[in-house]
Amino acid sequence: MVSKRPIRVLIAKPGLDGHDKGAKIVSRGLRDAGMEVIYTGIRQSVDVILETAVQEAVDVIGLSILSGSHLSICRELTEKMQQRDIRDKQVLVGGIIPKRDVGPLKEMGIAEVFRPSSTVNDIVQFHREAI
Amino acid sequence: MDSEWKETNTGVKVKLFYTPEDVTGFDHEASLGAPGSPPYTRGIYPSMYRGRLWTMRQYSGFSTSENTNSRFKFLIDQGQTGLSLALDLPTQLGLDSDDDLAKDDVGKLGVAIDTLKDMEEMFEGIPLDKISTSFTINATASIILAMYIATAQKKGIDPGKLRGTIQNDIIKEYIARGTYIFPPEPSIRLIGDTIEYCIEHIPKFNTVSVSGTHICECGATPAQGVAYPFLTGITYLEEVLNRGYNIDDIAPLLSFHLICGGVQFNFFQEIAKLRAARRLWAKIIQKRFKTGNKKSMRLRFSTGGMGGGMTEQQPLNNISRISFYALAAALAGSQSMNLPCFDEAYAIPTDEAIRTSLRIQQIIGHEIGVPDVVDPLGGSYYVESLTDFYEKEISKEMERIEALGGILRCVDDGTIQSKLADQAYQVQQKLDSGEMVKVGVNRFQIDEEDRELEFFEVDPKTRSMQIEKLERFKSERNPEKLAGALGALKKAADAKENLMPYILEAVKSDATVGEIVGEMKAIYGEAKQMSIF
Repeated sequence: MVSKRPIRVLIAKPGLDGHDKGAKIVSRGLRDAGMEVIYTGIRQSVDVILETAVQEAVDVIGLSILSGSHLSICRELTEKMQQRDIRDKQVLVGGIIPKRDVGPLKEMGIAEVFRPSSTVNDIVQFHREAI
Repeated sequence: MDSEWKETNTGVKVKLFYTPEDVTGFDHEASLGAPGSPPYTRGIYPSMYRGRLWTMRQYSGFSTSENTNSRFKFLIDQGQTGLSLALDLPTQLGLDSDDDLAKDDVGKLGVAIDTLKDMEEMFEGIPLDKISTSFTINATASIILAMYIATAQKKGIDPGKLRGTIQNDIIKEYIARGTYIFPPEPSIRLIGDTIEYCIEHIPKFNTVSVSGTHICECGATPAQGVAYPFLTGITYLEEVLNRGYNIDDIAPLLSFHLICGGVQFNFFQEIAKLRAARRLWAKIIQKRFKTGNKKSMRLRFSTGGMGGGMTEQQPLNNISRISFYALAAALAGSQSMNLPCFDEAYAIPTDEAIRTSLRIQQIIGHEIGVPDVVDPLGGSYYVESLTDFYEKEISKEMERIEALGGILRCVDDGTIQSKLADQAYQVQQKLDSGEMVKVGVNRFQIDEEDRELEFFEVDPKTRSMQIEKLERFKSERNPEKLAGALGALKKAADAKENLMPYILEAVKSDATVGEIVGEMKAIYGEAKQMSIF
């Protein structure tokens, strides 16, 4: 029997915002669901996040952004992933993100956007089904 | 009978109804006292809201100082009686707008302040001697205060007349909010410097607003949301006592910012908690610091935060929630209110959303008779019994932390952060499972049409406008004067002198926030990060 290795997830807080209750709750929820989770801590640059994701060989990069800076941060991350030809990782974003930004985020290559009404279970389910 | 007990949404066991037997230790004089008299359970002023209503502020500030100036004037026109300024994250972290680390955050969650000129523009046409301003600023509080003082001086206003508050509470930044820069020891010394400076020069200014709101948003229980700020406040008091001041010089300058609402809101419990906080603080000051000075024993607090209680679903329901938070705060005798806005789960509030929150305060204050009688719930068997309960709970939590080595130790080793993360996770699980009811979220949901609220967006050109301003400003400075002021500041930091006069001089010599923080970082280093979950 082939045992599937657990999904590895990097939860990251880009930008300067320090409110990371949500990031920690999601980290805990994914860990409780059997995934391997690394949390970067606050105030991480896109470069550091990407480097950590590569080093740690994660399957998913989950960004927590509450500050309204999601479009510029996600653009930077997805562009740098393209430049480095990183294709084995999916990027998810959660936070205070208006509905109308979901389309543009997905066009950039963000796999899913979890808005304020998402539950921890929604996020876990997505990982189980799509990763 | 066991069946008469019920656990509330916040996990407190309550009876079906309360009788005199539930308040057997109740003594009118000792438990309550008259309003304006120790132990201040009923409120800290004899006439409370009949004399003067709470200060009505709504948190605002965004983009550039000119834009924020317009919003301030709008709010003053709408009858707001104080200002509450939001500063952007780079300013809070001591990064100038042209810093690469700041690139995504300039002017987003508050106004960008790099220089004294920005501060002057923000208060253009606003009478600083007549309006009080509250600044949500912590790690860089000393610099922002210095800029405010310098702005007043330039306008010919005696800084001694300035009224307002700087949050200036670094301990909760390590616990919950994240805008710390330096390690705890120099950070607390810096808070001591600002307190000392204010005692000597601007006595009407609240130099510290010790905050429970952020740690409650981050998972603290109502009792922890008072216990941790109290331990923090004691830490700051001791810092200044060690400099040879008397408790009665310092304690009256301390104010608190406590939550009244949010995720773990229970109407009566929140009121009881705040009444208990006043009574307990009076006792702590009296016993621990051996003073009977009434001004020292008074617990002054504003209520605010609570954005975590707002829902994205059926957003107009939030207006009702905000009204109950505000009513509880008024019944609890808050000195100032800063309410969330109904569009909080969407973006930075619109003018309409801010105005609606201000109107809630005005309706409670002017329309429905709430302020007519002081502490109207005083004497209720239930509320008095809960007040006793919270006084004990807060004390117990304070003792627990002190037994573990004190608040600084428990922050440094992450004890508090990991406890809050646990609790936040548990609450989220209860919300996700529906065990904790949230109307419109896990009960009484509707299929909402796919519409968006109209929401506020910061001008995308803010950063480039701000950088252009900054460059122009830098090109017009006197480099020798600047270098002299920054050099003196660095030396003073190294010698552990009170930095306030040096920061004031640096600001007047046109140093930027980033430059001042740069000198301090060179001496102090930076705080370590924690990522416990």
